Amino acid sequence: MTAIDYEARIPNNVDLASDKRLQRALEKWQPAFLDWWGAMGPEGFQGRDVFLRTAVSAHADGWAVFDYVKMPDYRWGIFLSDRVPDRKIAFGDHAGLPAWQEVPGEYRNMLQRLIVTQADTEPASVEQQRYLGQTAPSLYDLRNLFQVNVEEGRHLWAMVYLLQAYFGRTGHEEADALLVRRSGDADHPRILDAFNQKCPDWLTFFCFTTFTDRDGKYQLGALAESGFDPLARTCRFMLTEEAHHLFVGEKGVQRVLTRSAELTALDPNGDARNQGGIDLDTIQKYVNYWFSYSLDLFGGEISSNAADFFASGLKGRWKEESKYEDHICTDAVQMVPVYRDGRLVEEAVPLRNAMNEVLRQEYADDCDKVVGRWNRALESAGSSFRIKLPSTRFHRRQGIYADQAYSPDGEPISSELFEANRSRWLPTDADRAYVASLMTRGVYEPGKVAHWISPPDKGIDGRPAEFEYVRLT
Amino acid sequence: MGSVTREQRIASFETHPDRYHHWKLTIDGPVASLAMSVDPAFGQRADDYELKLNSYDMGVDIELHDAVERLRFEHPEVRAVVVTSAVARIFCAGANIKMLATSMHGFKVNFCKYTNETRLGIEDATRTAGQTWIAALNGTASGGGYELALACDEIYLIDDGNSAVSLPEVPLLGVLPGTGGLTRLVDKRKVRRDVADVFCTKAEGFRARDAKRMRLVDGSFSRSGWEAGVQQVAAAAVARSPARASQGVPLPPLEVVDSPTGRAYKYVTSVINAEDRVAHLTVRAPEGAAPGSAEALRAEGAQTWSLRAFRELEDALLHLRFNHAEIGVILLHTQGDPAAVLAHDAALADLAGDWFADEIRSFQGRVLRRIDNTARTFFALIEPGSCFVGTLFELVLAADRSYMLQDDDGAVSVQVTAASAGGFPMDTGATRLAVHFAGEPAKVGEVLAMGAPINAADAEEIGLVTFAPDEIDWDDEVRIAIEERASMSPDALTGMEQNLRFVGLETCDTKIFGRLSAWQNWIFQRPNAVGDSGALTLYGFPERPRFDWRRT
Repeated sequence: MTAIDYEARIPNNVDLASDKRLQRALEKWQPAFLDWWGAMGPEGFQGRDVFLRTAVSAHADGWAVFDYVKMPDYRWGIFLSDRVPDRKIAFGDHAGLPAWQEVPGEYRNMLQRLIVTQADTEPASVEQQRYLGQTAPSLYDLRNLFQVNVEEGRHLWAMVYLLQAYFGRTGHEEADALLVRRSGDADHPRILDAFNQKCPDWLTFFCFTTFTDRDGKYQLGALAESGFDPLARTCRFMLTEEAHHLFVGEKGVQRVLTRSAELTALDPNGDARNQGGIDLDTIQKYVNYWFSYSLDLFGGEISSNAADFFASGLKGRWKEESKYEDHICTDAVQMVPVYRDGRLVEEAVPLRNAMNEVLRQEYADDCDKVVGRWNRALESAGSSFRIKLPSTRFHRRQGIYADQAYSPDGEPISSELFEANRSRWLPTDADRAYVASLMTRGVYEPGKVAHWISPPDKGIDGRPAEFEYVRLT
Repeated sequence: MGSVTREQRIASFETHPDRYHHWKLTIDGPVASLAMSVDPAFGQRADDYELKLNSYDMGVDIELHDAVERLRFEHPEVRAVVVTSAVARIFCAGANIKMLATSMHGFKVNFCKYTNETRLGIEDATRTAGQTWIAALNGTASGGGYELALACDEIYLIDDGNSAVSLPEVPLLGVLPGTGGLTRLVDKRKVRRDVADVFCTKAEGFRARDAKRMRLVDGSFSRSGWEAGVQQVAAAAVARSPARASQGVPLPPLEVVDSPTGRAYKYVTSVINAEDRVAHLTVRAPEGAAPGSAEALRAEGAQTWSLRAFRELEDALLHLRFNHAEIGVILLHTQGDPAAVLAHDAALADLAGDWFADEIRSFQGRVLRRIDNTARTFFALIEPGSCFVGTLFELVLAADRSYMLQDDDGAVSVQVTAASAGGFPMDTGATRLAVHFAGEPAKVGEVLAMGAPINAADAEEIGLVTFAPDEIDWDDEVRIAIEERASMSPDALTGMEQNLRFVGLETCDTKIFGRLSAWQNWIFQRPNAVGDSGALTLYGFPERPRFDWRRT
């Protein structure tokens, strides 16, 4: 086995150079990771210089260092936010006790499951997005795609570090298994459903990074409150990177909306498709689809797992420490609309059991703000069309709303009525085929963008929009 | 915090595949598929719990038991039974926790016992009816779900990177797997005991690769290879088991008159005396000639005395168990012509090798074993007009005590036949006669060789019955014995009877019941499980359990 110069190869702030046990584990895992990246990472472009940011430390001067890098040479590092001295467990039954620096035995399995489930999403999205480079609308977008991809790879590293460093042999095995499962694979699918969906076009990619990566933001936020300190510190640092992915998604959809509004205005019949763009109705359908799929990722509205995770101090609420006063939550309830005998009634659910729903509502509120910004962009573009976020009950496949059909407004409706409206509310095969037909080849000339999307407002790291973000020659 | 427990009656133990809520039975030549598809809204106490994730309650198990028995009688052509799930990603999550938490203790015990009997029935079908049960776990099997798989002859788990087998009772609920899981792991599958220890304390269990290595399953198939793999396994089981018959015998609903004081069937009557906490269970002899040929037996079908009387007896027993908890003593009576019983016994014995005759005898054996496992005192009362002969003499041997009237003319008699020689083993594998004479084994052969009615004086002398009071003493003797018995601690009696009934060596089956009674029932009562902060009480609630750490 070849020795690795750890500091150079794997930037880290976990003193990897002096941790022989961790070195041994990562020595075995790293080649497998590189094989995975080669097989399942972005198709093509692996030999190209990409203008990427790399984290070389967890501090302001080091977490975003920009330079040209070939993706296989990307320095996937291991960074944890700085340790807060004397940090205490902030919530649940152990609130007030010192935060765990090692895995508490009684919660090992629960904690491992949380980490594996989160970790599994990171390589999954890289797999889902692997062919998108061939149809990128600009070099700027191509670079953003690869930035998202390498950072999802780094997030995988971050989670694998926790598994390798803290969970013994089962941790090593779970780390290996993360590279065996494949998005959409018939035999070894990824754990969560949204991560087995196809991502065949850039509108999907922008919706995915807006809505599905935003689930990641809230999951990481909840884990950043964890009483298991290494997990909390890891997630806090990941959150800084996640912001860019959300930016890519939100601005991407916004640029499509702006362009679609322009093309709609341009067309005598007000049909953006006639002008070679994507019509606003279709964008609304993609929003409906990906918002609803992402809601499922939060788990059941009424959940004993969620209660256990909170009670044990492993997973808190979004901004648990700063936003809430009651961190025990044994006496509080959450009102949840439940379908009973043909109508929705508010039922009181013990708050701990409703923690998934609490997080989901935070998420939905955040999505609502995003949609508000999109609508302001539409207004600026002179369009009267407005994107509307559907109800959290619409088109659910998991949780208490899965067994009953709901309209986008959240009203219970018959499944016949839902099916009759399906093509109005959700993308049809024809819609998807149309969107894909606009994106048959990439636009790689610096400064140029595809016809169906507006150019970005500004470039990356102060560079102009026409900067050569990926060198293809 | 915690749940309110509720009394529960079981209205009926009968069902039919046409009425199943929770299973889909499909028969394709020699292979039957039994797919679990639990309807969450059709729990027996729908207000108290929802049967999510293919979890089960009594209603689900009554259907399973019905399927096990019907496959034997109505579908003798079936050689392999594939148990699987019709719910995506989940095979079965075991007994519904909310159901357990809201059930009275006695109900829980009865529930566990019944489900154990159903699973023993599955093993019996594989062993004696040549119907190999195969667990095709196309999703996660946890707790009772995996225990159901353990009752099958072979277990296959889908290798999808997600589905697992697990016994999470100890780490998650603070109780034990109640349907033989622990015993079958180490005694049946011979999983190494330290490996089993790891398995039983890891709540999420193990996925296909590890499960196979640990012998928790026999094999695995990928998702794309699943259907073909399972078909192949079923085909191999079919090939191993010679064809038996193509035409089965339908089991019609039982005809019963139900009243507050008991249940009256054609051959069985159960009379409840609530005030004295006593029930009288009477089995009547057949009328008319015994079927003389396999064709004649087939023509009688489920109406033939040997089957009908024992189906009625089973149903009456189950109603006593579940719906009359306060009945402490069950008095066993028989009525009718002993010669008719012997003739029907002989007809079945002569037809040994005929699948239907064999199935009836096997069924009689299962009903008799239900008596052995019933937590009530049984006294057999042998009086004028009774017919405790042949198969019905097994009732005397199954009873905790027997009283035989010593009449002046010696008309009251019993008769031991070859029926007691091995056809109806207890769960220990021994015959009731051998158990009865465990200290005088020579008597087993002597009694079997007698071949004639035995009067009360002789029966007492030989030791076949416990007491043989004369006509002057009978009424008082019997009355006092019953009253005395009914006054003792019901818990102590249950424990004592179970200790005394199962003389001799243990088997997997006796261990399953014995350990359920001793350990699971103890744990089910302890504050660490069912106290205000016990693990079972708080499961699904926002608080986590707090244990009393002292080991007992």
